[in-house]
Amino acid sequence: MSDASPRYGEPVLMKGNEAVCEGAIWAGCRFFFGYPITPQNQIPEYMSRRLPEVGGVFLQGESELASISMVYGAASAGARVMTTSSSPGISLMIEGISYLYGSELPAVIVNVSRGGPGLGNISAAQSDYTQATHMGHGDISMVVLGPNSVQELYEMTAWAFDIADEARAPVMVLADAVLGQMMEPMRPREDAPPPPPSKPWATTGCAGRAPNVVNSLYTADDDLEALNVRVRDRYLRVADRICRCEETQADDADVLLVSFGTSSRVCETGVARLRSRGVRAGLLRPLTLRPFPSARLLELAGSVRVMLAVEMNLGQMLEDVRLAVQGRVRVDFLGRTGGNIPSVAAVAEAAERALAGSD
Amino acid sequence: MAEAAVVFTPPESYTGRLMHYCPGCTHGIIHRLVAEVIDDLGARERTVGVCPVGCAVYAYNYLNLDMIEAAHGRAPAVATGVKRVLRDRVVFTYQGDGDLASIGTAEIVHAAARNEAITVVFVNNAVFGMTQGQMAPTTLVGQRASTAPCGRRPEHEGYPVKIVEMLNALEGPTYLARASMASPRWVRDAKKKLRKAFLAQVEHGGFGLVEVLSSCPTWWGKPPLEALKWIESDMMAYYPVGELRDLPDGQAKGK
Repeated sequence: MSDASPRYGEPVLMKGNEAVCEGAIWAGCRFFFGYPITPQNQIPEYMSRRLPEVGGVFLQGESELASISMVYGAASAGARVMTTSSSPGISLMIEGISYLYGSELPAVIVNVSRGGPGLGNISAAQSDYTQATHMGHGDISMVVLGPNSVQELYEMTAWAFDIADEARAPVMVLADAVLGQMMEPMRPREDAPPPPPSKPWATTGCAGRAPNVVNSLYTADDDLEALNVRVRDRYLRVADRICRCEETQADDADVLLVSFGTSSRVCETGVARLRSRGVRAGLLRPLTLRPFPSARLLELAGSVRVMLAVEMNLGQMLEDVRLAVQGRVRVDFLGRTGGNIPSVAAVAEAAERALAGSD
Repeated sequence: MAEAAVVFTPPESYTGRLMHYCPGCTHGIIHRLVAEVIDDLGARERTVGVCPVGCAVYAYNYLNLDMIEAAHGRAPAVATGVKRVLRDRVVFTYQGDGDLASIGTAEIVHAAARNEAITVVFVNNAVFGMTQGQMAPTTLVGQRASTAPCGRRPEHEGYPVKIVEMLNALEGPTYLARASMASPRWVRDAKKKLRKAFLAQVEHGGFGLVEVLSSCPTWWGKPPLEALKWIESDMMAYYPVGELRDLPDGQAKGK
């Protein structure tokens, strides 16, 4: 997603979880530390076999707590490193992600979300959106990518490593159980990835230089404020360039669906069905959940009559949509949760109801 | 007048900065021993240290090496991440008892079980020092602490945890020892053990840990010399000093 002229090979039928692994390996990730949790177990299993094949290292951590700290150590040592988990496991990693952010360390974390809260279940949900986009203690602006296909799992995982190295920060790929488990044709990259930047700040042993310290402790208030501003500024520069969304018939839409991940696929079919009934529906699908495509939504608020956020939760991305449009248009909501996915019929009906109530 | 010659310097691996530790705290001695051992091994420029959350969170100010600050208890996991990336570097953690024996129990057990090629310097002063004297898993029966104002009672708080004995139940680790700061004779002994714990990594590619019985005059409410005596009279009685698991060849090879 970041290259001028990518080259793709023949399609391969691949599971979403496996595509995450191949995307990471293509991008040069050679270290993985993680812990078993459904519905992402294929990732550590695949990496345990695949990483040694490419000269990398796989280690199963004793918990998610340990795994994110192993990632932190590997990132400190200058490596491209990834971990993956699912909802409750991500909760355990939050402290470590905050440490990565405050220590200005790059890493990629993939959340194959499941039903929550608590133990929840192992079905798909999008109820970690707020957690992902409001990550951790402290002022954290973390890039979050929202794939909706096996191909995008591959591409966005790879892209995440570039973003992480440029921002010197953790980056999250927010997927769900359906995306992780589904199998689709996937075309792998055949060209070489861009080389990673040099990392003079890494703790590799201080031969020939002054020692490096990787740390998020700044006891002087002004120093900590300066760190926060510095990391935020770096995020803003990266965010400016990478903010991305995909639109389906949004330009002349009366009702604009806003949706990401698995629910966005239902919405694509929903838009087609509505259009066939003569309803001018459109879809805006954020590809970057952070940075959120607020500017484009504000623009569309001037032309659509109503918006409808569709999610597999009780209203999380909904808040970002409402913030983005600054009250200029009503934003209705359709959500299912616990593993349930809104149906095409329900989406179409909700869109028509939204339109009917928008005069 | 004869020209002065430099016959002794502080270790290269010590930054020379004035330490923030309390008067009588044994962190200063242990930092110095670690610095001397790293210098003796000629390893300063290929060593990465991992600091704890605790009084020694500032160890990066005193050790002249690449250092990483870990989350509380996670230093062995952070060290594992570093070592799996940089196999030929010397990687060690420096942790207190609140860090290693409380929140970090899983991480230390599993690093030891993996025989992870890292060295762990475990500073046990039977109390949470940085946070002002709360009870730790290593606080002795009857010892008072800010969260055990009546002294530790087995029927309520259980018994203190003997980390080295616990780790010794695992197949994995290469070197396990307990040392003490109670007097100069024990300080010299501690240095030998620390050196062997580093050699466990450098010469045997395995896990080495030394638990160093240390003092906390401030939160024990004792003057420094009395605190050292209490290590000898009380701590060493419960936590025996010795080498529970020695290096495979019984002693250090080479240098």
